[in-house]
Amino acid sequence: MTKIKSLFISLLLTLGVSAAIAGSHGSTHDLVKERGKLMCGSNTGLAGFGAPNDAGVWEGIDVDVCRAVAAAVFGDASKVEYVPTTSKVRFTVLQSGEIDMLSRNTTWTLSRDVDLGLEFVGVNYYDGQGFMVSKDLGVSSASELDGASVCIQVGTTTEMNLADFFKANGMSYESVPVETNSEADAAYLAGRCDIYTTDASGLYASRAGYPDPSAHVVLPEIISKEPLGPAVRHGDSEWADIVRWSLNAMIIGEELGINSGNVDEMKGSNNPEVLRLLGVDAGYGAMLGLSDDWAYNILSQVGNYSESFEKHIGPNTPINIQRGLNALYKDGGILYAPPFR
Amino acid sequence: MQTSLIRKIIFDEKSRSLLIQTLVIGLFAIFIYLIAQQTAYNLEKRGISSGFDFLNISAGYDISIRLIPFTSEDTHLRAYFVGLLNTLMIAVCGCILATILGFLVGIIRLSSNWLFRNIAYVYVEFTRNVPVLLQIILYYSILLSLPKIKQAFPIFNTFYLSNRGLFSPSPIFKEGFSIVFYSFIIAIIFTIFLKRFLKRKQEQTGNQYPIFFINSAIIIFTPILFYYIMGMPLEFDHPVLKGFNFKGGMVIRPEFLGMLFGLSIYTAAFISETVRSGIISVSKGQREASQALGLKSSFVMRLIIIPQALRVIIPPLTSQYLNLTKNSSLGIAIGYADLVHGFGGISLNQTGRAIEIMLIVMLTYLSISLIISLSMNIYNKSVQFKGNA
Amino acid sequence: MSVIIQSLSRNKFYNWVYKNLFSSWVNTIMTIIAVIFVYEIGTFFLNWAIFNADFRTNFQGELITDRTFCSKNISPGEYGACWAIIYARWDQFMYGLYPIEETWRVNITYALLPLAIIGILFDKLPYRKLFIYFTFLFPFIAYFMLYGGPGLSTVGTNKWGGLLVTLFLGVTGIGLAFPLSILLALGRRSKMPIIKSLCVVFIEFIRGVPLITLLFTANVMLPLFLPDGVNPDNLLRALVAVTLFQSAYMAEAIRGGLQAIPKGHIEAADALGLTYWQTTRKIILPQALKIAIPPIVNTCIGLFKDTSLVLIIGLFDLLGIGRAALADMTWTKLYYEVYVFISLVFFIFCFGMSRYSLYLEKKLKTDNS
Repeated sequence: MTKIKSLFISLLLTLGVSAAIAGSHGSTHDLVKERGKLMCGSNTGLAGFGAPNDAGVWEGIDVDVCRAVAAAVFGDASKVEYVPTTSKVRFTVLQSGEIDMLSRNTTWTLSRDVDLGLEFVGVNYYDGQGFMVSKDLGVSSASELDGASVCIQVGTTTEMNLADFFKANGMSYESVPVETNSEADAAYLAGRCDIYTTDASGLYASRAGYPDPSAHVVLPEIISKEPLGPAVRHGDSEWADIVRWSLNAMIIGEELGINSGNVDEMKGSNNPEVLRLLGVDAGYGAMLGLSDDWAYNILSQVGNYSESFEKHIGPNTPINIQRGLNALYKDGGILYAPPFR
Repeated sequence: MQTSLIRKIIFDEKSRSLLIQTLVIGLFAIFIYLIAQQTAYNLEKRGISSGFDFLNISAGYDISIRLIPFTSEDTHLRAYFVGLLNTLMIAVCGCILATILGFLVGIIRLSSNWLFRNIAYVYVEFTRNVPVLLQIILYYSILLSLPKIKQAFPIFNTFYLSNRGLFSPSPIFKEGFSIVFYSFIIAIIFTIFLKRFLKRKQEQTGNQYPIFFINSAIIIFTPILFYYIMGMPLEFDHPVLKGFNFKGGMVIRPEFLGMLFGLSIYTAAFISETVRSGIISVSKGQREASQALGLKSSFVMRLIIIPQALRVIIPPLTSQYLNLTKNSSLGIAIGYADLVHGFGGISLNQTGRAIEIMLIVMLTYLSISLIISLSMNIYNKSVQFKGNA
Repeated sequence: MSVIIQSLSRNKFYNWVYKNLFSSWVNTIMTIIAVIFVYEIGTFFLNWAIFNADFRTNFQGELITDRTFCSKNISPGEYGACWAIIYARWDQFMYGLYPIEETWRVNITYALLPLAIIGILFDKLPYRKLFIYFTFLFPFIAYFMLYGGPGLSTVGTNKWGGLLVTLFLGVTGIGLAFPLSILLALGRRSKMPIIKSLCVVFIEFIRGVPLITLLFTANVMLPLFLPDGVNPDNLLRALVAVTLFQSAYMAEAIRGGLQAIPKGHIEAADALGLTYWQTTRKIILPQALKIAIPPIVNTCIGLFKDTSLVLIIGLFDLLGIGRAALADMTWTKLYYEVYVFISLVFFIFCFGMSRYSLYLEKKLKTDNS
C-alpha cells in the first residue's frame, strides 16, 4: 500500500510543481518593487557610457539612466544591479525578462522596435557610425578605404551600415568579426584590421584607452544615424512611461537650470513647471505610479543631463566629446523633451 | 477485493511495467505541454514574432571566410549554408590533419628510441590536458603576432605570410584544362584496374610487381603529359600588395588556421593514444611470426599490424571525429564564421528568432553526427573479421 | 665486492642506453635529432619563462604596475615573460570579483574541497565512512560559505569568477550528473520500451550537439520557457547545461560497466527473489560502477576542460578572467603569460585526474586477477 501512496504523492508533487511553474505573471514595475532593486542591462565596458571604475562601481551616461530610474522608483539611485551584456545577447536578455531595462548604447530602429518586441523610450545620445584608422596610413577620408580590413562588432547595426556604405561606394572590404569592444581594440592594435568602425562615441572612448591616442584618427565621415537610447520590453506601457519620463526629467532639468547643487533651493522657485517637476505641486508622480518627489530624487542624486554628460564624456574627460547634436534644442542641438504638464 | 486487484497490478511485472510507462509518458506529455504553453505565452506577451519566414529576408551582413559567394543582400538561408560549409570545411580539414598527426605520434610513442617516445608522450599529455578552446585562442594569438601586412614575410616570393593570413597565388584555368583534369581522373581509374590485374597475376605466378611505383608514375605523368599537349592551359594569379591589402591570389585566414591547429593538435593527442593501444593489441606473436617469414619491417607494419589494429582503432577514432566536429563550433571565440558564429550568432541577433535558429543549428549538428557515425560504421564493418561470428 | 656491483650497474646502464638510444644507426640519428630538439625547445622555454623573465620587478628593480614597466617592453628582444600580470590579477584569477574582505570564505571552501573528495577516491582510507559523511555535508557548507546565509553576507554569483567558477561548474556539474547518469544508464537498459527510448533519445541528442549550443540555449532560452519571476541566474543556467551534458556522457560510461556484468549474477539474484531495485542496488551497481570508474573519470576530465566554454556566454571562468585581464589596456598584449598560466592550472587538475584514472585501472586489474 505504501508504494501506491508514495507513487501518488510523487505524481501530485510533479503536477503541482509544473502547475506552479505555469502560474503568476506580474507587471515589471511590481516585479522591480518586489525585488527591491532594478536589473539594468549595461555594456560590458565602454568608457564614459557604461563601465565599472577602478573601485568596481558602474559609471557613464547610460548607467546614469538606470540610476535615474532607480531614483524614481526607490528614491535611491544606488539600488541597481548591472548585468553586462554583449551586443549579441542584449535583446534576448531583455526579452527573456532577465533585465528590466536595457541602457547600453543601443540604436533605435524600426525592426528592433517592432519585430524584436522592444520598446525604445527615448534618446539619450545622438550618435553616428564613424571610422578610426591609424594615422600613419595617411587616410583622410572614408572614400579611400577600398580593399581595407575592417574590425566590426557582430550583431550590431554598424555591421549592416558598413555593408551598405561600401556597396554604395563600389568598394570592397574584408570584415573581421569580433565579439566585444575590447576584442575589437586588441585586433585593431595588432594590425589584424586597418579600420575599426562603430559609433563615433565608441571610437572616442576606445581611443582614449590606447597607449598612444594621438596615433589614431577618427575620419570625418559619419555614415549613419544612430539614436542611442534605453529600451524596455514591449507590452508594458506603465513601465515604459516610468523609464521614458525618468530620462525626460534629466533633460527638462537641464532646460530649467535645475542641477544636483541647486535642486533644494529651486523648490522655492516661482516657475510653475519647476514646481510640477520637483513635486511641490502634487499629483504628477501618482500618474506614473510613483511618489511625488520622484524627479526631485533623480535630479538630486543623479543630476541633470548636462551634469551627466560633462562628468562622463564631456571635453574635460579623457573621452573628450563636444555636445554637438546632443546640446539642447535651445543651444543648437536636437535634444528636446516633451513638456512636463 | 480491491486491494488484491491493486496488488495484482503492482506485483505483476507486465501490468506494472505498463503502468509505469503510461505514467512516465503522461507526465512527460504534461511537462512538454506546459513548457510549450508558457513559451507561447511569453513570446506573445513580449511581442516576439516567430516562424521561419526570416530565412528569406536578406541578411545585411558580410562574411569574409566563405566557400560560396555571399553578399549582404543574400538571405539568412544562404548565410546558413555559408556557415554550414565553413563548419564542414574545418571539420574535414581538421579530421585529416588530426589523423595524420595522430598516427604519426602514436607510432612514435612505440618507437624503440627512448627520447622520441618521451617527446611524443610529453606532447600527448600537454595537449590533451589543456582545454581545446584555450589552445585555439593561444594559437590564434600566435598567428596575430606574425608580421603586419606591410611587412608580410615572403616565402619563395610566391607566398606571403602575415597576421592577416597566408596569401598564395590562385590558379586560373584556361580553355583545355578540363582535358588535363579528365586525364587525371582516367589515370586514377586505370590504375585501380591495373592494380587488380597485377595482384591477380602475382597470385598466379608469384612474381612481385612494383605496383605502387608503376601506379604513382601513371597518376603523376599522365596529367603532366596532357598539360603540355594542351599548351599549358594554367596560369597563376599572384597576390600583390596594393593599398591596404594584397590583391589577387588566394588567402588562408588566421581564423581558419587557428581553428585548424587548435582542433587537430588537440584531437591528434587522443587519436595517437587509440592508435598506440590498437597497435599494442595486435599480439606479439603476429609480429614475430611475420618476421620469421622474412617480411621486411615496413611490410610487417603495413600488411600485418595496421589492418588488425584498425579493428580496434576505428570505433574510438569515430568518436574523436565526432568530438572534433562538435568542437569546431568554438569558432565564435576567434571570429571564424562557422555555423554557430554566423547563422547561430549574427542572424540570431538580427532577427531575434532564438528558438527557431537554435533548433536549426542543433538539428544540423545532430545530422552531421549521425552521418559521421553511420559512415564510420560502414567502414568499420568492412575491416572487421569476416565470417567470424 | 662494491667494484663488481658498480661495474654490473654500469653495464646495466650501458645496456639500457645502447638498447634505447643507439641500437642502430637510424636510432643514433634519431637520438641526436631528439637531443638537439629538446635542447633548443627547452632552453628557449626556460629562458623565456624563468631565467629572462620578470616576476614582480623588472631588471631595474622597479615594481611592475603596468605593461610599460616589463623588461621586455623597456629593452625589446632581451627579456622573456612578464609574470607581473598574474600577480596583479591574482585575486581575480582565484575569486573573480568576489569582495576582497570576504575571500577568506572561498579559501576555506577550497581547503575543505579535498577533504570532501578524498573519501570517494580511495576506498582503503582509514575512517572512510566519516569522510563520506562529510562529502554529503560539503555541498551545504559550500553553499553557505560561498553564497552566504545567516551570519554571512550574500555574495551574488555575478561576483564569482576565475578558478571559483571553473571549480564550481566542474565539481557541482559532476556531482549532480552522477545520480542522473545512473538513472539514464539503467533506463537505457530497461526492458520497458518507452522508458528506454526516452533515455536513448536524450543521451544521443545531448551527445550529438556541441556543448556551446546547449549553453547558449540554457543561457538565452531558458527564461523564455519559464514564467516571469522564475529567473535562474547566469551561473545556474550554465550549470543546468553542463549537468545535462555531463550526465549523458557519464551514462554511456556507466552503461559500459553494466554491460560487463555477467548475466548469471542477475539471474542468481532473481532466483533469490530479489526485486529489481534490490538487485540493482546490491548486486549490479556496485560491480558496474567499479568497472566504469576509469571511463567516468575520463568524462570528468573532459567536462573540467569544457567548463572553459562558459566564457562564450559571458561568464568569467579562469579563461574569461584571463581574457578580461588582456582587454585591460594596462596589461594588453601579454597573451602568452596569461595563456601559459591558465594552461598550467588546467594541466595540473586534468593530469592529476588522468593519473588517478590510470592508478584505478591498474588496481582494477590486480583486484580481478
